Amino acid sequence: MLQGWFVVTVSFAYIGLLFAVAWFADRRAAQGRSIISNAWVYSLSLAVYATAWTFYGSVGRAATDGVGFLPTYIGATLTMLLGWFVLRKMVRITRLNRITSLADFVASRYGKSALIGGVVTVIAVIGILPYISLQLKAVSTSFQILLGYPAIAMPAKAGSLEVMQDTAFYVALFMALFAIAFGTRQLDAAERHEGMVAAIAFESLVKLVAFLAVGVYVAFFMYDGLGDIFARAAGRPDLEVLMAPLGGAAGSYANWVWLTILSMFAIIFLPRQFQVAVIENTDERHLKRAAWLFPLYMLAINVFVLPIAFGGALHFPAGEVDADTFVLTLPMAQKAEGVALLVFIGGLSAATGMVIVETIALSTMVCNDLVMPLLLRIRAFRLTEMRDLSILLLDIRRAAIIALLMGGYFYYLLAGEAYALVSIGLISFAAAAQFAPAVIGGLYWRGGTRTGALAGLCAGFAVWAYTLLLPAFAKSGWLGVEFVERGPFGIELLRPTQLFGLAGLDQITHAMIWSMIANVGAYLVGSVIRRQSAAEHVQATLFVDVYQQTGEPGSSWRGATSASALQTLVGRFLGPARAVELFTAYARLRGAKSVDELEGDRDLVRFAELQLAGTIGAASARTMVATVAQEEPLGLEEVMTIIDEASQVIAYSHRLEEQQQELEAATQELKAANERLKELDRLKDDFISTVTHELRTPLTSIRAFSEILHDNPDLDPAERQRFLGLVIRESERLTRLINQVLDLAKIESGLAEWRTAELDLREIALEAVNATSAIFKSRGVTVETRLAARVPLVLADRDRLMQVLLNLLSNAAKFCTPGTGRVEVRLAADGGAVRVDVQDNGVGISRENQALIFEKFRQVGDTLTDKPSGTGLGLAICRRIVGHFGGRLWVESEPGRGSVFSFDLPVATGARGAERLVANA
Amino acid sequence: MRKPSLRAYRIVSLFLLGCLLFNYPVLAIFNVGATAAGIPVLYVYLFVAWGLLIALAAAIIEGGN
Repeated sequence: MLQGWFVVTVSFAYIGLLFAVAWFADRRAAQGRSIISNAWVYSLSLAVYATAWTFYGSVGRAATDGVGFLPTYIGATLTMLLGWFVLRKMVRITRLNRITSLADFVASRYGKSALIGGVVTVIAVIGILPYISLQLKAVSTSFQILLGYPAIAMPAKAGSLEVMQDTAFYVALFMALFAIAFGTRQLDAAERHEGMVAAIAFESLVKLVAFLAVGVYVAFFMYDGLGDIFARAAGRPDLEVLMAPLGGAAGSYANWVWLTILSMFAIIFLPRQFQVAVIENTDERHLKRAAWLFPLYMLAINVFVLPIAFGGALHFPAGEVDADTFVLTLPMAQKAEGVALLVFIGGLSAATGMVIVETIALSTMVCNDLVMPLLLRIRAFRLTEMRDLSILLLDIRRAAIIALLMGGYFYYLLAGEAYALVSIGLISFAAAAQFAPAVIGGLYWRGGTRTGALAGLCAGFAVWAYTLLLPAFAKSGWLGVEFVERGPFGIELLRPTQLFGLAGLDQITHAMIWSMIANVGAYLVGSVIRRQSAAEHVQATLFVDVYQQTGEPGSSWRGATSASALQTLVGRFLGPARAVELFTAYARLRGAKSVDELEGDRDLVRFAELQLAGTIGAASARTMVATVAQEEPLGLEEVMTIIDEASQVIAYSHRLEEQQQELEAATQELKAANERLKELDRLKDDFISTVTHELRTPLTSIRAFSEILHDNPDLDPAERQRFLGLVIRESERLTRLINQVLDLAKIESGLAEWRTAELDLREIALEAVNATSAIFKSRGVTVETRLAARVPLVLADRDRLMQVLLNLLSNAAKFCTPGTGRVEVRLAADGGAVRVDVQDNGVGISRENQALIFEKFRQVGDTLTDKPSGTGLGLAICRRIVGHFGGRLWVESEPGRGSVFSFDLPVATGARGAERLVANA
Repeated sequence: MRKPSLRAYRIVSLFLLGCLLFNYPVLAIFNVGATAAGIPVLYVYLFVAWGLLIALAAAIIEGGN
């Protein structure tokens, strides 16, 4: 089943299936029921990261150095963990500013500079060509090997055939058509391609299934499991070194670390990764799931790399079969035709997925950031006067795609044979890493300037080209080997692979070290050497503080123009019909009946600019809008001041707000404390005057009676006895009063002694009732008890608690009518507390007095007619005692109906208390 | 300014853990010829540590606070 016609038919059927998926996704998107707006599809689309490099190349790399293929995926995993911070910021900026590509992103950040956009595009195109050539090489090689079935023969070397007979050429052509059909059917204002994303996600599934299938086949059908493969490999000295290759076969640890860093950058800054991860992102929240799902995908697709590599090395005689083809040649050697075909389709998926997204992303960049700005600037083309440019835009992109694939093909002819697949790809990774300083710096550092970015990009790219690209050409014989071995003009210090004598590193590490030093260095120096322009400052703030923005960013357009002029302008790029549609929708949004009613104000100009930016990039959009709307020239200083003020004011006002709140809170506390102090002072005064007053009353009567007795020695004995009794009673009252004052003072000052123990309230209540029974009897008041049989223990001081109960009981006795008085004492567990109620049917307490009775020296009742019989301190002391043990004391009463004094105490949490509680339940 | 959530701190910690696990000298500990269940320990370590990192990330991101 591996005849040429059959393979081609299956391939085309598969491609047809991809188109069907894309068509379905596009249709659903048009209906507003997107199938790609989903974290799973998003994660799968990110897996476009796994290209033919992963599918074929990893095994090749593993066969020579064991684990050297892994940093590529581990670095990407680490970056994805931080995706929620870094990628989300990029997604947010992209959405708010209608950014269409990586070049557009960098250009926008540095003042919508067309020059920066162009430089980024050039670097991306040249840097990615090796990567595209890798895909071509992989597909054409795998196709040719498959055609050779049942023999297993390595295909002819690149460049040894006429172009017209070279499979790789046709693969390139075919892929170009495929990418054109996918990516440039129509212009989209947001430059999003739902169909493409759906197809890519589907391809990611296919390549994963294919790779797992061949992995399982090799590990479990060809060999006896993983252990078997490694055991056999351990017997071969050339393979045994791969078991612990770090610091040896796989290069130094520095090499490992730099490869990790490289892939950390690549996962964001490769144009296609930026496209799927940032531009095509439909919802920021998808990044969360992708942070673990996409790494899981990478883990899965790499699990069988080592077994296949060792399996291949064991199966084929050394040097006969290229390790990059093991994935395909192993099943072929076993006559497993189905697996071989599946592998071919998987490889095709990996390669086409990469090529489609990469060329679409690059063609957008080439069109928007390179060709259009040039065409618009060259007056001879009179482009600014053309009516409909949308066809032109599409044609530029189509041409760019073809040019890119042809470029890739020629790179393949030039340098394709000199390196294994992974080494070719790493050259592109190093190029993409050159965007890192400008982008990351631009995201987090407001001070990064256009000059700095330009200098950094150019310096980094130059070093990259010198240390990686030129040696690649030299190695393929296109450039003299002399140049690499002796250095230019024989200057050894400048040898491209050992720049300034830095030897002992592999080529990628060497190139990364020097290019990053040059890039970051130039970026920093360029940024601090000159002040930013106003436009740069605006954009820098928009990017760095993107989370602080709400809604659309502001606009520097001040001039007025007419709505119809803007509509015509947009129509020339998006097509007149689409422009009418957009403007009518906008008019409706603004509450105008038709477009003519719209005022050509700042917002409308901004709207038009955003629509254009989505199609031709920020830099070009600015140029185009400037042809119809005037940007009133603001003085540089003026704008700087406005922006500085605005951003500083925001920062200051945040801080001020916080400080103000803190101050307010502090003031409130101080006020409250002051009030409390004043209150205490007043209370102290009151207390002293009340105490002295209260002391004077009994003293006065004692003195009066004593004087009577003193002055009248012949007083009637009965009278005399009565007066003496009064003197004794009053002195007792005085003693009691002084005792209580002292008691209260002790409690309040915290000097009182508490003997806390676990107590049974029932026992204490019974004792208190017994102790007061004489009083009740003498007053003719009946006492009843309704005590729960068992209550949990409470923590309290026995004597104090008894004092409280006695006080409540004697109060009850006091205020009941003799004869009909009835007092009831109740005890019950109440949630986490034990509650005691003392109910009487006495005179009751009015509502306003209920709060007062707990204050010191407050006795309710008419003090003129009723002689107070208490000290007025009892309840105040009781409340403090109960409060000390964490309980509350309160009263419920209605005048004439009696009162209920209640207090509760929290249950002791000790072992005995809990035991009791269980027994109760 | 909003304060970063606990989850954010966890993720950043996980990132730092990843940087540690896949770096010298931890790698050197496992870069020996021995095998575990017939598979070279370095290979086992790399994939297990990687899987662990992913599992932790999933637990932090998908799990409740």
